Amino acid sequence: MKAEGRVFKYGDNVDTDVIIPARYLNSSDPRELAEHCMEDIDKDFVKNVKKGDIIVADKNFGCGSSREHAPIAIKAAGVSCVIAETFARIFYRNSINIGLPILECPEASKAIKAGDEVEVDFDSGIITDKTTGESFKGQPFPEFMQKIIGAEGLINYINSEN
Amino acid sequence: MGMTMTQKILAHGAGLEKVEAGQLIMCDLDLVLGNDITSPVAIKEMAKFNKEGVFDKDKIALVPDHFVPNKDIKSAEHCKCVREFARKNDITNYFEVGEMGIEHALLPEKGLTVPGDVIIGADSHTCTYGALGAFSTGVGSTDMAAGMATGKAWFKVPSAIKFVLEGKPAPYITGKDVILHIIGMIGVDGALYRSMEFTGEGVSYLSMDDRFTISNMAIEAGGKNGIFPVDEKTVEYLKEHTKREWTAFEADEDAVYDEEYVIELDKLKPTVSFPHLPENTHTPDDWGDVKIDQVVIGSCTNGRISDMREAAELLKGRHIAKGIRCIIIPATQSVYMQAMEEGLLKTFIEAGAVVSTPTCGPCLGGYMGILAEGERCVSTTNRNFVGRMGHINSEIYLASPYVAAASAVLGKIASPDEL
Repeated sequence: MKAEGRVFKYGDNVDTDVIIPARYLNSSDPRELAEHCMEDIDKDFVKNVKKGDIIVADKNFGCGSSREHAPIAIKAAGVSCVIAETFARIFYRNSINIGLPILECPEASKAIKAGDEVEVDFDSGIITDKTTGESFKGQPFPEFMQKIIGAEGLINYINSEN
Repeated sequence: MGMTMTQKILAHGAGLEKVEAGQLIMCDLDLVLGNDITSPVAIKEMAKFNKEGVFDKDKIALVPDHFVPNKDIKSAEHCKCVREFARKNDITNYFEVGEMGIEHALLPEKGLTVPGDVIIGADSHTCTYGALGAFSTGVGSTDMAAGMATGKAWFKVPSAIKFVLEGKPAPYITGKDVILHIIGMIGVDGALYRSMEFTGEGVSYLSMDDRFTISNMAIEAGGKNGIFPVDEKTVEYLKEHTKREWTAFEADEDAVYDEEYVIELDKLKPTVSFPHLPENTHTPDDWGDVKIDQVVIGSCTNGRISDMREAAELLKGRHIAKGIRCIIIPATQSVYMQAMEEGLLKTFIEAGAVVSTPTCGPCLGGYMGILAEGERCVSTTNRNFVGRMGHINSEIYLASPYVAAASAVLGKIASPDEL
């Protein structure tokens, strides 16, 4: 499986309140949530994001609330992958559970710039910045999580186990 | 190599003799909880399971608390979805408006969380129950759905940071000051993926309400959970609130910790987190002259009876500064009732505050105290992120109920000593 797209770049501690502000949590419709994705940190994100684009951020991406609406909004906005130095624990778990590919890679998070064209190979964990020609090795998922991702989410995985 | 307190609870929950940091385990769950924002997403996911129904109708808690009493039509639809699910599955612990409270204040009060439990909740502040010596952690809606259906959840066993609390806190120093100080010290990702284990003789000076506040904010340091040992105060609390059997686990003497910090409680000062991260802490020495527009006293962090008493202690016989709005929200119906019986509500109203029915409301910018552009609020809540309580150019200053009450009276960020 591969992802390819243009990069939106953010800094440290991007919290779930800016990913999807609580004033929109009276809805759980992915399309409606996607319309407000990243609104409080980057009001142009929704206008500019195209299917397949990639978010790259620094440390502790997705900190704060446990709202699964955050990875749901990112996925529904068309984002194919999130790369960060580190992810907040609940966001990490939620992304795997809903099938939003995420990768921890401090080197890629430092080097990749906004607007770069990036390709991610999930099988090898290799991240390639096609704009600069640099490539990086992302942290591979433990086998157990690969199974959840392979089943396209936790519930399918549980169904397949029983 | 010994196990930490958290590891021992997880080993027990997984039916294993021993676990170690990094190990992936499957645990039996004692309680699965959700609220009116996260449960509807989980309920939708439940429909995808091959098997219908819930694993145990007594071990699920559904608490509409974020946007209730319903703030708008969409919120009303969410609450209706949760209500109908609770009826259909005969969920014992569904709490309707009138009996509900903010989930993390309500569930311990109802005796549903006890030492040794393994608890997940689709709310990040589920870590609150660590105050009682339980393992509890926040998850998302899909994990909640899986938990409700199977009664199990997978965990990566965390390593831990040990916080040795020493000395007795000075007057006006509360659990909130302790946890804000710690977050200021280690940062908002200082405990990422790890347990925060609080020990030391200083624990004995902290009330259960102080401990709930401290465990509640473990997530603001990125922690997986924040846990206290079970002592006399815990036992006293349990006697009053629960009939459930419980097991106290203790860390092994040779347990290994990633890091160890000593926190001298007697040296702590009133601590306030400035915008826009809880780690951005200041004390009266360097907080300067910050004029404010609003004060909020409540939430799962500080809406318990001790918090109400502390606010009332300073507001008694005083009045909130002209032009300042002060919103006080007892976290549960029982806290509300007790505050009424003790005359605290009268004190609040005489001081010029408004008192609301239990709700998470303003803490997450839902309703009941939203900030306009450029406005500043001192709040006893737990997050001061950009836009958390309203406009993206508004500001939240996190503080204890004492500091919040003093600030309301003086119209600026103030220490109780300034009154």
